[in-house]
Amino acid sequence: MNANTVPACRAADYRSEVKPIWCPGCGDYHVLMAFTRAFVALGVRPEQVAVVSGIGCSSRIPAYTNCYGFHGVHGRALAVATGLKIVRPDLTVVVASGDGDGYSIGGNHFLHACRRNVDLTYVVMDNHIYGMTKGQPSPTTEPDFDTALTPGGTGLRPFHPLVIALASGANFVARAFSGNPAETAAIIVEAIRHPGFSFVEVLSPCVTYRPDQRAWKDRVHRAPVDATDDAARAARRVMTDDGFNLGVLYRGSRPAYAPRHDTAVTDSAELEREFEL
Amino acid sequence: MAAASSISVAFVGSGGAGVLTSGRLLLEAACAAGWHGLFTRCVGPQIRGGEAAALVRVAIDPIECHGDRFDLLVGVDWLNAHRFETEIPLGPGSVVISDPQAGDPPAIVAASGARVIELRLKELTTANPAWRGNMIALGAAVKLLRLDQDELADLIEKRFREKGPAVVAASLAAAHAGIAAVANDELDLELARPRATAARRWLITGNEAVGLGAIRGGIRFAAAYPITPASEVLEWLAPNLTRVGGSLVQAEDELASINMIIGGSYGGAPSLTATSGPGLSLMIEALGLATAAEVPIVIVNVMRGGPSTGIPTKSEQADLNIAVYGVHGDAPHIVVAPQSIPDCLLATQWAVHLAESLQAPAILLSDQFLGQALAAIPRPADVSFIGQRQKATTVVAPYRRYALTADGVSPMAMPGLSGGQYTAESLTHTERGLPSTSASDHHAQLDKRRDKLERFAYGDLWATIEGQGTLAIMVWGSLTGAAREAVAQLASAGHAVRLIAPRLLSPARPQEMAAALDGVQRLLVVEQSHGAQFYRYLRAHYSLPDNTSVLHHPGPLPIRPGEICRELLAGLTR
Amino acid sequence: MSSTIDAPRASSLADLYAIAYQIEVDAVERYAMLADQMEMHNNPALVDIFRDLARAEAIHRDEICRMAGDFDVAAHARQTACWRIGESPESANLGAADYRMSPHHALQMALAAEQRALGFFRGLLADARDPDVKRLATELVGEEAGHVALCLRLLQRYPPPGGGRVAEDPDPPASQD
Repeated sequence: MNANTVPACRAADYRSEVKPIWCPGCGDYHVLMAFTRAFVALGVRPEQVAVVSGIGCSSRIPAYTNCYGFHGVHGRALAVATGLKIVRPDLTVVVASGDGDGYSIGGNHFLHACRRNVDLTYVVMDNHIYGMTKGQPSPTTEPDFDTALTPGGTGLRPFHPLVIALASGANFVARAFSGNPAETAAIIVEAIRHPGFSFVEVLSPCVTYRPDQRAWKDRVHRAPVDATDDAARAARRVMTDDGFNLGVLYRGSRPAYAPRHDTAVTDSAELEREFEL
Repeated sequence: MAAASSISVAFVGSGGAGVLTSGRLLLEAACAAGWHGLFTRCVGPQIRGGEAAALVRVAIDPIECHGDRFDLLVGVDWLNAHRFETEIPLGPGSVVISDPQAGDPPAIVAASGARVIELRLKELTTANPAWRGNMIALGAAVKLLRLDQDELADLIEKRFREKGPAVVAASLAAAHAGIAAVANDELDLELARPRATAARRWLITGNEAVGLGAIRGGIRFAAAYPITPASEVLEWLAPNLTRVGGSLVQAEDELASINMIIGGSYGGAPSLTATSGPGLSLMIEALGLATAAEVPIVIVNVMRGGPSTGIPTKSEQADLNIAVYGVHGDAPHIVVAPQSIPDCLLATQWAVHLAESLQAPAILLSDQFLGQALAAIPRPADVSFIGQRQKATTVVAPYRRYALTADGVSPMAMPGLSGGQYTAESLTHTERGLPSTSASDHHAQLDKRRDKLERFAYGDLWATIEGQGTLAIMVWGSLTGAAREAVAQLASAGHAVRLIAPRLLSPARPQEMAAALDGVQRLLVVEQSHGAQFYRYLRAHYSLPDNTSVLHHPGPLPIRPGEICRELLAGLTR
Repeated sequence: MSSTIDAPRASSLADLYAIAYQIEVDAVERYAMLADQMEMHNNPALVDIFRDLARAEAIHRDEICRMAGDFDVAAHARQTACWRIGESPESANLGAADYRMSPHHALQMALAAEQRALGFFRGLLADARDPDVKRLATELVGEEAGHVALCLRLLQRYPPPGGGRVAEDPDPPASQD
């Protein structure tokens, strides 16, 4: 069967029959829609896509797609995806995470994935809370947000994922809002097409622990200026914006990571020569 | 003078004295002339300039351990040499070369009754500033062992060629000065002439052998974080994997290393990481992931002294518990231990085969002794294992990644296969890989993962079983060599002793072990751990004879053949 | 962010068919998702309502295809009928869903979607120049007006629950992963 005779896929073809456990109203439903729409727009077959995740509400997404999926342990999705993409550069590898999985327990991998610049697309659904474990603060939670684990709030400065991504070398940085699945899909399409490590922070409300976030739909707005190729300028912009600027913020031009290959040897016996007496 | 089948030499020195170079060149000179041998090192805590000891044993047959005592100890200087005194046992027949200007030899030298030969190294190097004390020491050792001096000259020429003719000339002159300095001295023993053989031989470390075994086994992707004493596995693999079309990634930490190789293996590339105790501790969560998601991976753990940071540069067999039991939940996986430097190659290749065939993680428990020892070995035979990862080639919808099968192994779809899409799942899951909290799914998948390991035909490689008799020694890993030498010593004293060394530590093989122990009345378990981990493991899984005792002590002291013999016989008369 | 920004234009009959078709496809998808959500969250009354709504929109979608005759409306929709920003007008707002919603709330969501669709087609009709486009737009406006009326009638049958609010859940949320 050649490519011309394979019928184009519809959004439904990228969905599995598994019904999400997310709370009705959760932003992650829209992210799932954005994923499937992005895959339709890219025209990539479901079996050529791998969706890799860790632990948390957002990380349940692989099983809801009809793509190859990997639901691993907490915080390590980027590492799994890195290994997969290096051995299988033919695949489209998308990594799904949340603010706890990606910025707290998986924070170190985030830095190094940005540096390493493997051709991955990292979509973090940020709702400023841990949903799966009943509403504890994450690295992006406001310092005065009261929780059972941190009565009166953490008093800690929230983490700024976009600035960290820029400082660490991510090659594409964008912010999206789950309530705009069409625009989110368009950003994901561009992120996947952009070579190297692409980071898409998606503001995705938690209606159970952060019902206040239902109001995000009225606060978000398009970034007033176009994306830049200057990481320092992009960082200054996102450091000073209101946190609700949407769109592509930075497009870099670093070449994606590629493993080095020497002249291949056909016989592993050649490797033994160095040991011969 | 008695002809000895092996002679042991130690060089000690400090502050860049170069004793490790002396040791390695001595081994190479002996091997070039047809002997076999082993070279290990002890170092102080410094990165540069620390005290060091090079331990060399030259023998007519391949050897796998150091002997009961050293026949020759060469002190280039004695600064901090007392650190090594327990690792370099001497006896009345030993010879010690000492420079009277380099301080007093450690107290143990005098206590041992060893004969001291004076060698005025400092005087010689002061008079000839281009000479190095370690080369003089090497020359003296070559002369006392009666090794070929032309061979030594060739090696020195090769070794220092890059540094220019002046360095080569000075090194040769220094070595000849060492030879001349002991012209009238002799050891108490004479090393027997090497056996004539046309067999090809290799000079290789255990860590290099692990790397080669990995590539022979089919490993094409590695991700790892540097750690002593495992880094040489990675440094050997890094260039060589790229030569066979694979690659190695230096990860940001061990959590990333193991998850990267899980990703690589999920994508279809047989994948490996190498680490030591602290790294293994960090990898344990993902080891459970690979077990539950049924992703084959190989973890090479080169054991060092523990717990915590412990003694990074020295050997111990104390990671058995974490390797076998470390994972939370019931998580059956494979644990294999190499028994010698050549076995590092075979056991690694086997571990890859088992991991791939069983779609389960395999831990290879090597140790610092095997990993960093350099030995001359007969070229290992080419082995190829039949059976690889079962991959789905056609799919009947809906694809059941974790289908319950007779042997417990389910064909694995590789990304790209249309209709094979599934999510590799860390949660308890159904046969289709969908998350489940039901007791029946949980039990079915636990049974599946246990059964596939237990029902596999491991064959004779599961253990080394040698000899007959009612006396037996049970050992594992790098101590197998010392135990084998103990068996030989006991045989020459008229005792027939059986050697049992399981290479496969997990899963346990109760039937095979019962057969191996059939008829044994007195069993000595030998291991290098403080807590007798191996003995407790054996007690948990196997029926042992009534007269069973354990000889165990922690690293870094090796357990030597003579100690094993004494302990086995003591148990007979108790 | 309004759904009318960047909305596709109906400059031909083919475009309008494609737009109408895509609007119904999106509506079906949303109602089906809401039905699945309510099924997962054990709210059977709402499962029925959202399944019925999805079915009704599917019939409408198929009707549009039928009216378009041999013209491949699905293919044309992929080319032309996309909302780059915001959503197509008849899409129910998933973000407004709640697992304890009553039928009244569900019908309010549906009414809002139908009203957006009605407004959208009225706008198209007002802008239309081509007589064929005008005719079809008129038909679509009538169709959506009928849906709005149906929602209003159903709302009478399902009055708001006490207090008009989503019911309280006396239990705390469950801890998962």
